[in-house]
Amino acid sequence: MSAPEGTRARRRRESTPASIPAVRRGDALDVADLPSYGFGTRSLMWWGTAGMSTIEAMGFVLMIVVYFDLKSRSLVWPNEGHAPDLFWGTVNVALAVISIVPNIFADAAAKDHNVRKVRLWMIAFVVFGLALLGVRYLEFLHLNVRWDASAYGSAVWVLFGLHTFNLITNYLDSVVVAAVMFKEPIDGKRLVDVAENSGYWWFIVLSWIPIYAVVYWGPRF
Amino acid sequence: MIGGLHDVQAPAGAQAQAIVGLWHWLLPICTFVFVAVMIALGMALWRAPRAGTDTAPDVALLSKREPRVTRVVIAAVAVSTLLLLVLLAVSVMTDRALAQLPLENALHIELTGYQWWWEARYDDPDPSRMFTTANELHVPVGRPVIVTLVGADVIHSFWVPSLAGKKDLIPGRDTTVSFRADRAGVYRGQCAEFCGYQHAKMALYVIADPPDDYARWAERQRAPAAEPSTDEARRGRDLFLARSCAMCHAINGTTAQARHAPDLTHVASRMTIAAGALENTPSNRTAWILDPQQIKPGTKMPSENIAPQDLAALSAYLASLQ
Amino acid sequence: MSAGSGSLSGLGSAASPQVLRERARVIVGRGETMLDGAGWGSQAERALHEAWRDEPGLLGFLKTTDHKRIGRRFVVTSFAFFVAAGILAAVMRMQLALPDNHVVGPDLYNQIFTMHGTTMMFIFAVPIMQGMAVYLVPLLVGTRNTAFPRMTACAYWLFLFGALSLWTGFAINAGADAGWFAYVPLAGPQYGVGKREDIWNNLINLSEAMGLMVAVDLATVILKMRAPGMSLRRMPIFVWASLVTSMMIIFAMPSVMLAANLAQFDRTFGTHFFNPAEGGDVLIWQHLFWFFGHPEVYFIFLPGLAFVSSIIPTFARRPMFGHDAVVLSLIATGFLSFGLWVHHMFATNLPEVGKGFFTAMSLLIAIPTAVQIFCWIATLWTGRIDLRTPLLFVLGFFVILVLGGLTGIMVGSVPFDLQVHDSYFVVAHLHYVLLGGAVFPLFGAFFYWFPKFTGRMLDERLGRWQFWLFFVGFNVAFFPMHLLGLAGMPRRIYTYGAETGWGTLNLIATIGAGVIALSVLLFIVNVVRSGFNGARAGDNPWHASSLEWATHSPPPAFNFVVLPVVASREPLWTREADEPTHVSGLSAQTREGLVTTVLDALPDVRYSYPEPSIWPFIAAITVVGWLFWSNMTETGMFYGLIPPAIAFVAWYWPTRKETVEQLLLERKP
Repeated sequence: MSAPEGTRARRRRESTPASIPAVRRGDALDVADLPSYGFGTRSLMWWGTAGMSTIEAMGFVLMIVVYFDLKSRSLVWPNEGHAPDLFWGTVNVALAVISIVPNIFADAAAKDHNVRKVRLWMIAFVVFGLALLGVRYLEFLHLNVRWDASAYGSAVWVLFGLHTFNLITNYLDSVVVAAVMFKEPIDGKRLVDVAENSGYWWFIVLSWIPIYAVVYWGPRF
Repeated sequence: MIGGLHDVQAPAGAQAQAIVGLWHWLLPICTFVFVAVMIALGMALWRAPRAGTDTAPDVALLSKREPRVTRVVIAAVAVSTLLLLVLLAVSVMTDRALAQLPLENALHIELTGYQWWWEARYDDPDPSRMFTTANELHVPVGRPVIVTLVGADVIHSFWVPSLAGKKDLIPGRDTTVSFRADRAGVYRGQCAEFCGYQHAKMALYVIADPPDDYARWAERQRAPAAEPSTDEARRGRDLFLARSCAMCHAINGTTAQARHAPDLTHVASRMTIAAGALENTPSNRTAWILDPQQIKPGTKMPSENIAPQDLAALSAYLASLQ
Repeated sequence: MSAGSGSLSGLGSAASPQVLRERARVIVGRGETMLDGAGWGSQAERALHEAWRDEPGLLGFLKTTDHKRIGRRFVVTSFAFFVAAGILAAVMRMQLALPDNHVVGPDLYNQIFTMHGTTMMFIFAVPIMQGMAVYLVPLLVGTRNTAFPRMTACAYWLFLFGALSLWTGFAINAGADAGWFAYVPLAGPQYGVGKREDIWNNLINLSEAMGLMVAVDLATVILKMRAPGMSLRRMPIFVWASLVTSMMIIFAMPSVMLAANLAQFDRTFGTHFFNPAEGGDVLIWQHLFWFFGHPEVYFIFLPGLAFVSSIIPTFARRPMFGHDAVVLSLIATGFLSFGLWVHHMFATNLPEVGKGFFTAMSLLIAIPTAVQIFCWIATLWTGRIDLRTPLLFVLGFFVILVLGGLTGIMVGSVPFDLQVHDSYFVVAHLHYVLLGGAVFPLFGAFFYWFPKFTGRMLDERLGRWQFWLFFVGFNVAFFPMHLLGLAGMPRRIYTYGAETGWGTLNLIATIGAGVIALSVLLFIVNVVRSGFNGARAGDNPWHASSLEWATHSPPPAFNFVVLPVVASREPLWTREADEPTHVSGLSAQTREGLVTTVLDALPDVRYSYPEPSIWPFIAAITVVGWLFWSNMTETGMFYGLIPPAIAFVAWYWPTRKETVEQLLLERKP
């Protein structure tokens, strides 16, 4: 008799592609016993999300390149306007890093098929996210330059704006995914959506850090 | 109608000559490759037996190696790579030749591109010897010219094929291009970056003169406008200064000093007007003043109502601006 | 045999599994779910027809997620715009046939050449290649649909509305007029007056959003939904090309979208990205545009090469020589294409040393193309040739593309490019590579796959006439342009004086253009006539080897009555004894497909395709509305987001029917 499977081992097995093989029946490969959903790279949503993240990452990278191109052609930077106040920006990047926590737990709960825990952590995340959005609003108020004041102002507003747009759409994504977890009956695909949403949130936070660095520290060097 | 050489394959200057040298490598090598590939394709078609699509396909080839064919393909790729390297080397050498144009005793011109004309300011260490003209450059044969390119509004491009390759005039990014005319003659250039309505009619003439002729031309350009000798011409000058003409055009020696349009101090000495759109004859000048929009629709010079006797006076004045 | 014990308990449902199954039966309306595995003529086939059919009429048209209907839409729409842009080209040629001509004035001419280029590049070339891939790729990899069919459906509507808005602008004298690459400052707020460039920027957003959505969909279906046994090494070259193109699109299209949006912000919101007076940089537009623009020509060229690689083996009756080398060349071309963009900027004031690097890269990229050309010639040389119309167009491709590629080598060299950049030499080069490298193969592809799309053959004789007219007309039209460029004729000029001496060659070019028009007309006649009266085609009229020929012509909505299992690179030409031939066990009563592993295509997960929905269509309308609203007012950029947000939520929102079906078939991983 084999030992009961630990959580980690089970999660690893469930994320491994082709963990349940097809069965040969004569000329046919029978797939009736295969799972109807899978986590991680087994899910098509993972690949779609990866594609979208790559697209957005390219947008950010190119916008940062534009920022530095404009900076390199200016004797003084900001060429007009002032550097943003550090306080709210630093607060928000810290909050963003913390927001990984409810996401990690929601992701784990989804992979454990634990609907109650998923609901709990998604609500926690949605509430936390409101704080992120609120502080982001304060950050805009303290950018200390208008978008039409100079090339510097334009670059800061658009770089910041691109990230904010991503932040808002991803947040709304999370709200919808959370809401759907309360709509009975619930199938396995929704758990995969929760897991994918968490993965996408990692991208938001990881892209947050370099953009914070460019917007807040770019004009200080 | 005006002539002017404008042929990449008929170089009259050092830079264009260097590029033609490169062309003399590019054309034969590329033609050779093209013919070789066509012959190979032709032979493939000629040699292969004909079949219908219902002929059984040769699936043994899925597992069989084809060493002879492989060797031929690899050889072909190797030869192609070699030829590419040769062309790369020649290109690099040409690049260096272009960068090594001797620039001692160069003539300095600042060329500003506007929609849809060229302003040329001839620089000099002594500011009193600088002068401005438009749409037609004279340069001395055998002496290098360094042109500073300034984009005033949108991107333009300075291209005189028989003298040199082109360079863009980009707002906010002044740059220079150097060339040397090695043969006297008239060389035609044209703006080579789409710049709006009349991009098609933004030509430029570069006239290479023997050094003495050039010096005489430059002296005349430095001089202020000649005092008109006839009453009609004088009346034309008064009209010029009183009407909207002086709001855009400058004439050295008068109160007209605006720089929104070509400098007219010596307009009658040029081969063309309206940036090469018209031959510079009295009737063309008259037609242009009367209705520029008809000749160059969209040009910045408005078409105005001018009484015929005023028109004649203006024409007479302009004719005096040699 | 029933599939799935269902995991209805433990997922938060209060009712017992028994009760839920009863409820499910009432909602879904069927008995125990029926599985596929039986072939044509079986009850499973009838169930598949029922499960996969679209609603009739307009509603079905708007709601469909069938990749074949959507792919056809892309192809037909882009081809219609190809004809429209071609008519614009004819007008240009008439204006330029004689010096000092008065067919059109400068304003209209400038709009016409901008519309011609923009339409050809953004509305015809890339979308038609993507449309062909959307149709063919699921068939080629042996699956039932693309991975995200609703997204591709939405992409079509975005594309259509974008194209229509551009042409509507043109119709009301607000046609874009700053060239197809819209350089600033000419396209900026100060010199690009009116709404013309706003509409152009919107078109970029819409057509590139479309491109990206389709690319993500294609990449996913290629990587994750191939038939069992179709490892990467057994994947057809066409599928490889689609994968490489899709990956390139994902990395390159954001660049032009960013550029167009920065330009639009300058125009609408007073930003200063391209305003040197306030610290902006005119040249960054060119960098952003060409970082996209150079890979873009490969989005068009690689599918053309893929068509060639599909057609040659069939008509040479042998597998492709150097299959692996051809695949590696496609991948290499994809990577290298990102390192060339500055060769469009050689006349700017960038440092000379940097430009030299880009010359080297531009020459380097010729090598993978050369590899493919030699492999194709080798395949023909060692094969047995059936010279039908598809192969005829491929031969035309060889001549024209090779010539265009060689002039490409020429303009890749900085010193030479400084003479011919922005002249008619480049116009000749780009048309040789685009028409030679993409349009000739595209016509070959039309003749090759028309039987699969419609069940009828195109007429061979008309095809041969079309080919020769096109080939001769093309060379008569475009070869003289090399000479015109060397004679100093710049691009984008609405007229020229007689003293330039450019008249004769221009007249010849115009005559060639007329012949091209005639050939396109012949093609349209051929399509219409053969669509109604053409010879009926069976499943595999060309006796080709790839999977799309393993099903009916045209394929049913569900593509294959049983999903194939492949054991070789040429599945229809080989039959491996002792290997499975097909998949069984998927539901025939719901839209089910198979997700496989990336490298070896082992069966992994059963996938329920999304049902048809009206929301992709509505979402597209709301997105277009947002774009135009944001052109007009600053707040439009924010409030205009509310309708799309609602539409996308409704799109995602799972219905009870979908969930219950899922639960019936559910099996945990």
